[in-house]
Amino acid sequence: MTSPALTVSPSASARKPARFKSLVTKYRVPLSILALCLLPWLLPSKALAVNVLIYGTVAVGYNLLFGYTGLLSFGHAAFVGTGAYITGIAIGQFGVPWYLAVLMGVIGGALLAFVMGALSTRTRGIYFSMVTLALAQLVYYVALQTPSWTGGENGLRGFTVNKINLFGFEINFLDPVNKYYVLMMFAALALWLVSRILNSPFGAAIEAIRENERRARTCGYNVERTKLLSFTLSGTICALGGTMSALHLAFVALDSLHYLSSGMIVMMTLLGGASSFFGPFIGALVFLVMEDVFSLWTSHWQIIVGSIFVLFVLFLPKGIWGTFLTKVMR
Amino acid sequence: MNAPLLAVNDIGVRFGGFVALQGVTTEFRPGRVTSIIGPNGAGKSTFFNVLSGVLTPSSGSIRFKGDDLKGTKQHEFVHRGIARSYQITNIFPDLSVHENVRVAAQASRSRYNIWTNRNKFTELDAKADAALEAVGLVAKRDETAKFLAHGQQRALEIAIALISNPEVLLLDEPTAGMGPEETKEMVALLEKLAAERTILLVEHKMKMILGLSDRILVLHHGRLIADGSPRDIQTDPEVRRVYLGQNDGYA
Repeated sequence: MTSPALTVSPSASARKPARFKSLVTKYRVPLSILALCLLPWLLPSKALAVNVLIYGTVAVGYNLLFGYTGLLSFGHAAFVGTGAYITGIAIGQFGVPWYLAVLMGVIGGALLAFVMGALSTRTRGIYFSMVTLALAQLVYYVALQTPSWTGGENGLRGFTVNKINLFGFEINFLDPVNKYYVLMMFAALALWLVSRILNSPFGAAIEAIRENERRARTCGYNVERTKLLSFTLSGTICALGGTMSALHLAFVALDSLHYLSSGMIVMMTLLGGASSFFGPFIGALVFLVMEDVFSLWTSHWQIIVGSIFVLFVLFLPKGIWGTFLTKVMR
Repeated sequence: MNAPLLAVNDIGVRFGGFVALQGVTTEFRPGRVTSIIGPNGAGKSTFFNVLSGVLTPSSGSIRFKGDDLKGTKQHEFVHRGIARSYQITNIFPDLSVHENVRVAAQASRSRYNIWTNRNKFTELDAKADAALEAVGLVAKRDETAKFLAHGQQRALEIAIALISNPEVLLLDEPTAGMGPEETKEMVALLEKLAAERTILLVEHKMKMILGLSDRILVLHHGRLIADGSPRDIQTDPEVRRVYLGQNDGYA
């Protein structure tokens, strides 16, 4: 098991799940997509809505490893950033069509996740977290030291996608509403994939490992291999989020690989609730809205967001969505 | 009887300078209850850990149905037919009782399928329910495992271990922390299980062991000092000497 100080046990606590909760669980993908369809009209700006899509996807992917497998990674920015960089480089330097660039970014992120997972899942608890952190920083420095590819400190530019050809329709990708709904399809795909994974036998296996690694092993699960697969899938979804961000911004910041970005993913996930499927998405939403609102008041918005985060961890460890599901809706 | 199911030859386990097991050679034939007893620190749990692949012995070999288990990983033991329970209750606390057993059943059916809905594996549900029936936990099917009474959690752990239909079942103090009533129920369950498979038992409750076992092994300071029927063990002078003053209720 991971060390107690680092394990935020995301537990299904209800003895008998309430009817509402089981309905929400059953139709979680269509409900989530419905919510995403409405999102841009509820938020102050379309750009913010796109950011929520991106980080929501990243956080949901991250939670596959954190909430459901019980492994606290501090290095998932590496997959987000790698997905973004590969997409940007493929479009900007090789003129690859955008959809192939997305695919390349996702595959690249998946390969990196496989390698990082193979190295880090050999360790446990705090050591696992530290190894993921160190490996992700390695990726950061590689990007920093190869400016001819990545633009180094200045970030990667020059790969603006203006138009997207989708099923025979030419869509103006610079229009924020169009952009949102195109990227929403990727987010929806990610949500559907993660939901499928969680419903699968493999989803049961990772939960068993989170609950009791020793018992899972005694039951006949190859714990190392299961963790590695979970790590790789999780990294792949995060890489998809990264490619979405590259398409959205037409820019990749070096900071996207920084450990602060990894920390932000962890915060979003915890804020929304690591014990639920959609919690991390809510976490990303609330985090980004708080950032948007509070940064208008003060440049020290992180103090406010940080305080709220600490209050949540201390008093509502199930996060916003997790608490809503277990307390309010029972 | 026929050939031994499980045989250990000259097993030794050392932790640094400490010798936990030394020169243990014995074999287990199918369809019997064998208890392993000995004072605290005698090496009983270490012996179990060797037999279930948790520990790789420093020396010696284990053969199961004639195959050397050297290099067999712990998670493969259950697929071969050796399952175990632990001294300290070892279940999936936040999963439902049914899911505890179902996920254990799934380990022999599907481990890496990330695509199919797990509810489609209806035979696993049926299997899990049958195992819960066997240990008397059907009524608690949908409860979260951590809310069960201690004795029920122990029974659940046995259901988890049983689900793979193991040929050899290793039970490490299945009645640990149980009151007389719960112990009685557990003994009845073990008697039922013993009819169908080979059971190895580590226990401290002497009356229970003497009543339940076909054979008793006595470990002391990591060595096997006696091996025989309950009657033989009761009269063995060496065993009497080791246990003297410990007042385990039978000396």
